[in-house]
Amino acid sequence: MANRDPSKRGASRHSPSAVSPTPVPAPVGNKGAAKHKVNIAGQGRSWLRHHKATARDSYNRLWQTPIPTLMTLAVLAIALALPGLMYVGLKNVNQLSGEWKGDPKISLYLQQELSDQQAEAFSQKMLLRQDLIAVELVTKDQGLLEFQAMSEFADVLDFLDSNPLPAVVVIQARDGRKQVLQQLQQEFSKLPEVDQAILDMVWVERLAAFVELANRLVMVLGCLLAFSVLLVVGNTIRLSIENRKDEIQVAKLVGATDSWVQRPFIYTGFWFGLLGTVIAWLFIQISLLLISTPVSEIASLYQSGFDLQGLGFSDSLVLVIAGILLGLLGAKLAVSRHLREIEPK
Amino acid sequence: MISFTNVSKRYAEGHDALRDVSFTLDRGEMAFLTGHSGAGKSTLLKLIMLMERPSRGRVQIAQRDLAEFSREDIPYHRRRIGVVFQNHQLLFDRSVFDNVAMPLQISGYEPEDIGKRVRASLDKVGLLHKENLNPITLSTGEQQRIGIARAIVHKPQLLLADEPTGNLDPTLSAEIMSLFMEFNRHGTTVLIASHDLALISRTGRRTLVLDHGRLIQGG
Repeated sequence: MANRDPSKRGASRHSPSAVSPTPVPAPVGNKGAAKHKVNIAGQGRSWLRHHKATARDSYNRLWQTPIPTLMTLAVLAIALALPGLMYVGLKNVNQLSGEWKGDPKISLYLQQELSDQQAEAFSQKMLLRQDLIAVELVTKDQGLLEFQAMSEFADVLDFLDSNPLPAVVVIQARDGRKQVLQQLQQEFSKLPEVDQAILDMVWVERLAAFVELANRLVMVLGCLLAFSVLLVVGNTIRLSIENRKDEIQVAKLVGATDSWVQRPFIYTGFWFGLLGTVIAWLFIQISLLLISTPVSEIASLYQSGFDLQGLGFSDSLVLVIAGILLGLLGAKLAVSRHLREIEPK
Repeated sequence: MISFTNVSKRYAEGHDALRDVSFTLDRGEMAFLTGHSGAGKSTLLKLIMLMERPSRGRVQIAQRDLAEFSREDIPYHRRRIGVVFQNHQLLFDRSVFDNVAMPLQISGYEPEDIGKRVRASLDKVGLLHKENLNPITLSTGEQQRIGIARAIVHKPQLLLADEPTGNLDPTLSAEIMSLFMEFNRHGTTVLIASHDLALISRTGRRTLVLDHGRLIQGG
């Protein structure tokens, strides 16, 4: 039988080909598997054949009404592309913030009047401390060179008689906890050589908080949009069930099981999910293509090696699978809600 | 083949469609079911098809109590029965062939097998040459014959018909009736609900008469 799954084949006793002149209830536990071997193989084949035929038929039916189908697909694609795009955005922000992450450093801006030798001596002293794991001295001259290399204001420095930049000692603490770092910062800022001690952590913390907020927002919006995909698919399937009411009634009268009747609609949901995500994927790729040039311009302005990341293979796969699952689920909801109501009269 | 034991059917709104109906129809028998409209003919057929369940009493088909059948079993029960309707219930979005093939597709027959059986069935009702047409292009009588072809395509043990000649003129009705008698000669049990008394009496078969839900004759 087309719509049997093998675990329930006990009911094959009712099949036209297996009817005995005086059907008796099959004993529970002995499902007559050996006796009906050929039948079951045939059933498996016919089950597969029906799946293929139904999948094809459901696909073809979509294009019998191309305009409504395309409109539904567009809605689905937008609903799927939006969280997709936001996800890509987040991924890039995460990549960007990754450049700044790592253990927070404390920058000690030394007194302007300190000579290079004194600065060197100070950094040597720092190196001896057990609670620091890295000490880096940026002398006045080095600072100037870096500033010239990285900034558009390089020319301005030529107008100055002397180097206005202080020497900087960048240190990294062994213990990255906030309190420890703040204590260190306080301690260092009191040293006579140090003009200012700046802890970079605040900025990192703020960024992390914003990224976390954005993560949540994307999740919430993603859930809302996924819900709208369910509703769109569910409603579309409900209409198509309504349109095929006569067929469903006749099918039930001539012995169609529930799963046989609902199969075409489940496949419709599958196709909506699959095609919707494929179009959503295209939307995302096109959008990324459109913004990639301005993004790389901005990145070059900030001297960043930042590279706009696309969805990539695994994320695309996740998108497609999520789309298909939503399509199937939407169809299942509509089918379980509306199909049982249609009974032959 | 069919056995009703003290069957009553009361609908939710309180209407008694059948009252204490008992009769037995043997394998290979052919009988008519008649009575005024609303007498319970359709309800009786619906109980056999498990489209309704009796309020009281027992319905047995092929020696199996229908009360044993769960919702999941209903399709397999229906596959053993052929039904013909007054309004033929054909689908106009597919060819005559596909209409007739539907029960076989649902039961999972092999495609080659389906072709053979559908053509044999269409041949029996004399419409083999129309297999590729859409049923909407056929006359009422032809549509009814397609409906019959669909009902017998899977060689059911039991053939039910609800007013199969309702829309047809006497000549066509007689034609349809002789088709049913032909199937009965080949061993199919046939039960036909009809109020065409003239036609029924000409066949000289057993007649069950329902009156306000009671079986008053032929039980």
